[in-house]
Amino acid sequence: GRGLSPVMREAGRCRLGRAGTVPGRRGERGQWSWFCPGASRPRGGAGLAPWIPVVGLEIHAQISSNSKLFSGSQVQFAAPPNSLVSFFDASLPGTLPVLNRRCVEAAVMTGLALNCSINKKSLFDRKHYFYADLPAGYQITQQRVPIAVNGSLSYSLCIDHKMSQMVTKTVRIKQIQLEQDSGKSLHDDTRSQTLVDLNRAGVGLMEVVMEPDMCCGEEAAAAVRELQLILQTLGSSQAVMAEGQLRVDANVSVHHPGEPYGVRTEVKNINSIRFLAKAVDYEIQRQIEELENGGTILNETRAFDSKLGCTVPMRDKEGKQDYRFMPEPNLPPLILYDAKSLPANMNHQQVINIDWIHERLPDLPSVKREKLVEQYGILPEHSFTLLNEDGLAEFFESVVKQTHMKPKKVIGWILNDLLSYLNQHSLTVKESPVSSFLLADLLNLLEKKEISSTAAKRVLAELWKGEGKTPLEIVKEQKLELLQDQNELEWICQAVIDGHENEVIMMVLG
Amino acid sequence: AALKDGLFSQVSAALKEGRVTPTELCHRCLALIKSTKFLNAYITVAEETALKQAEESEERYKRGQPLGILDGIPIAVKDNFSTAGIETTCASNMLKGYISPYNATVVQKLLDQGAVLLGKTNLDEFAMGSGSTDGVFGPVRNPWSYSKQYKEKSVPKSHSEDEESNWVITGGSSGGSAAAVSSFTCFAALGSDTGGSTRNPAAHCGVVGLKPTYGLISRHGLIPLVNSMDVPGILTRCVDDAAVLLGSLAGHDPKDSTTIQDDFRPFEVPNLTDVSKLSIGIPKEYHAPGLSSEILALWSKAADLFKNAGAKVVEVSLPHTRYSIVCYHVLCTAEVASNMARFDGLEYGHRSDMKDSTESMYAATRREGFNDVVRGRILSGNYFLLKQNYEKYFVKAQKVRRLIANDFVKVFRSGVDILLTPTTLSDAAPYTEFIQEDNRTRSAQDDILTQAANMAGLPAISVPTALSERGLPVGLQFIGRSFQEKQLLTVAKWFEKQVQFPVIQLEEVKRHDNGVFQHQKSASFS
Repeated sequence: GRGLSPVMREAGRCRLGRAGTVPGRRGERGQWSWFCPGASRPRGGAGLAPWIPVVGLEIHAQISSNSKLFSGSQVQFAAPPNSLVSFFDASLPGTLPVLNRRCVEAAVMTGLALNCSINKKSLFDRKHYFYADLPAGYQITQQRVPIAVNGSLSYSLCIDHKMSQMVTKTVRIKQIQLEQDSGKSLHDDTRSQTLVDLNRAGVGLMEVVMEPDMCCGEEAAAAVRELQLILQTLGSSQAVMAEGQLRVDANVSVHHPGEPYGVRTEVKNINSIRFLAKAVDYEIQRQIEELENGGTILNETRAFDSKLGCTVPMRDKEGKQDYRFMPEPNLPPLILYDAKSLPANMNHQQVINIDWIHERLPDLPSVKREKLVEQYGILPEHSFTLLNEDGLAEFFESVVKQTHMKPKKVIGWILNDLLSYLNQHSLTVKESPVSSFLLADLLNLLEKKEISSTAAKRVLAELWKGEGKTPLEIVKEQKLELLQDQNELEWICQAVIDGHENEVIMMVLG
Repeated sequence: AALKDGLFSQVSAALKEGRVTPTELCHRCLALIKSTKFLNAYITVAEETALKQAEESEERYKRGQPLGILDGIPIAVKDNFSTAGIETTCASNMLKGYISPYNATVVQKLLDQGAVLLGKTNLDEFAMGSGSTDGVFGPVRNPWSYSKQYKEKSVPKSHSEDEESNWVITGGSSGGSAAAVSSFTCFAALGSDTGGSTRNPAAHCGVVGLKPTYGLISRHGLIPLVNSMDVPGILTRCVDDAAVLLGSLAGHDPKDSTTIQDDFRPFEVPNLTDVSKLSIGIPKEYHAPGLSSEILALWSKAADLFKNAGAKVVEVSLPHTRYSIVCYHVLCTAEVASNMARFDGLEYGHRSDMKDSTESMYAATRREGFNDVVRGRILSGNYFLLKQNYEKYFVKAQKVRRLIANDFVKVFRSGVDILLTPTTLSDAAPYTEFIQEDNRTRSAQDDILTQAANMAGLPAISVPTALSERGLPVGLQFIGRSFQEKQLLTVAKWFEKQVQFPVIQLEEVKRHDNGVFQHQKSASFS
């Protein structure tokens, strides 16, 4: 997402309650209404009971770490196949898991940032299923006692496409659990082969389980976007969805007010935040339509097809799986300490102190936004835009530091000019041909009234070319300066008057 | 200086003084392995690498820089420990031809201390069994079947009946290791002990079998049976040697998170002169159904031995012992089901030719790769782990396990230092008789006296005590407190000295005898 996040660009959808852009599977798609409990009034078709959609999320975030969760293999995206596989990752007989301290710390950080209580004692379990990219035949996860529980995440979204009308909502975090990633299978149907790459097998994941507190695609998307920013701020995950570092599954159901939750489906295969909003809204609409037509919802797993913009049932392997959970016998309970419980004579290399991590948490996005609003007097919605773009807030602050222009004016140049240029050319802030120094230079010329604002835009247009000229050089070259010298101005005026004798006479005569 | 106790010390001294060289020792062992091939104790004999290791050891001795007491000493390792470059089969079709790229920590430690690895010893498939009869390479024969002692006492039913039908089993599942030590083809061997797999064959083969405290020795590289109970076991000819091996293997391993954090301090076993401060507990529940009168008598005699020497001997109760077998069955099969899931034919090991689908390939691979015993345990284990059964079986079994462990805690808290029990219900059964019962029944019967120690994670040792009326070895078991191996071995050594267990008299050994192999005097306890 760039500039205005997709969340904001498409805000308000859930209240409008339509999925008109999504092609129907069977002929014409009706437009049923639904409403979010948190939003304003429900809108329903005449006489129809409204539907309440319920959305919960399961998010897998790959932990940013040099090595895997239980082995010393490196973690790296797009390395040659099977080049990052230890004996343990390949599940060679006799190998044992050894817990990676960094992954535990990342999970604790994330748990604290999401207001969770951190379990001082958590346990690991084995979850069994046969799959080619799961070499041990089981995944080590935290099913019974996860590392963090009972948290919450606040996120904001705007109403009716209006940036100025933002609401803040909260979703409860049920738990965060540490677990292993699987490898990747590549099916070659023509040769009827399956190729397996175990580079990803055993990479540390944090599974963040969000309670079903959301009611539409926009909310889900906004919540995930906020989580993504938090993870990136903490450095606990790079959380790039396109690289699979953040994977979102959505649990969706609908019910009438006062009735129990409906049967839910799980939507998988969502690989961008924009698609998350689409997938959830499509699924809500599909379920409503199904029920309105007298059908039933199956408790099934569905995949989002981003090309068709719809969800389709996934091939169910063998009906319901029984994962035969069992305690992982090769890992002792994971014990964490706080300042109170920390044993005096404990080797610090061997213990993790929750309080120590808490004290060192960086400012979270919500705090950063508040600070930006407070410090620079910018609008809250601008603070969202600044944080949504990697490096933009820093760019803004750097410009502010180097100019006399008021931050409130600077923000306009950042959001309207810089950002739209970057968007048009699909560039990141770091790739901007105009540095914060050059922009500040330009804004200073404007602020000193050496050029007009129209001229400043022309200079900026020249600066984008990245030819290494300074704003001043461009101004001089193109003679864009505002005149400061009274004599010169008088001389120019006199020359104009002298050159237009007839017109002057006409004016004087009236 | 007084001669130190133990075979290792004596051999080490001989090596240092040049009375024998590591290569000579290695050659003799290899020759003996060949002449006792009929025992089927070894699955793989690593002749080439063993000789190379012996030569390297010899160089060190020549330079006067041996690595320690184990340098140049030929040992054998059960074939469920991973050995780099040497096949590790677990006596299963599944792993036939599998060569691990790494050494188990215990193997690496032995090699680092100069020990010479002769080969890999036979076992029940994936260590599931109590006879060493259920491996894909065939049963191990107890060397005592061919001893003078057994031959003299066993009366053939008819003249036509030859040795072939009279030979007795080694017990298991580390039967290959026990037979290898017992027949002098190596000086010590590693086994593994999950429910008694080291102590049981040690008792049947007349050698010392030590199961250390859980977590004292690394399991990294040991192909697991039940992770929460597996412990590398030590099989030696005397208690002193067991202490030496323990000292060389024990301690924290960063590759096994269940090992102790602290370093382990190796110790020499003191010679106990006064047992009057000792309190020996006799758990009445070990007077189990099926315990032979002969063993019962030996057990009482041993208790009397302590009593007469001034020790306090008290009857104690471990009331939950009787639930041990059924509890073990649930926990063991559940972990087996889980541990065996990795054998799918994809990354290593056997892969079926079945190509219809990945699933059918898995199914065929596992059907072809595992024997009935393994498949049966996988099936029952998965049953116990089903969502609907988990609470009913697995969780309950875990609770019972806690009760069993607490029984021991209470007894030790009451002031008892060491428990004295039989290791086996009877002496070794003839093979033909043993295979009348299925593996599960046999394991349930044979593990009954040994596996409670695994449940509780306690150290236990089987010490050869006497010969039965049939001329077969009988061992008694000592169980100690957690991590109190020194006390356990001290008592075991005192006992060992009192009983003077006789040396096996084997034709094959006599032929290769050179004085180095035998140091114990022949005497009888019974």
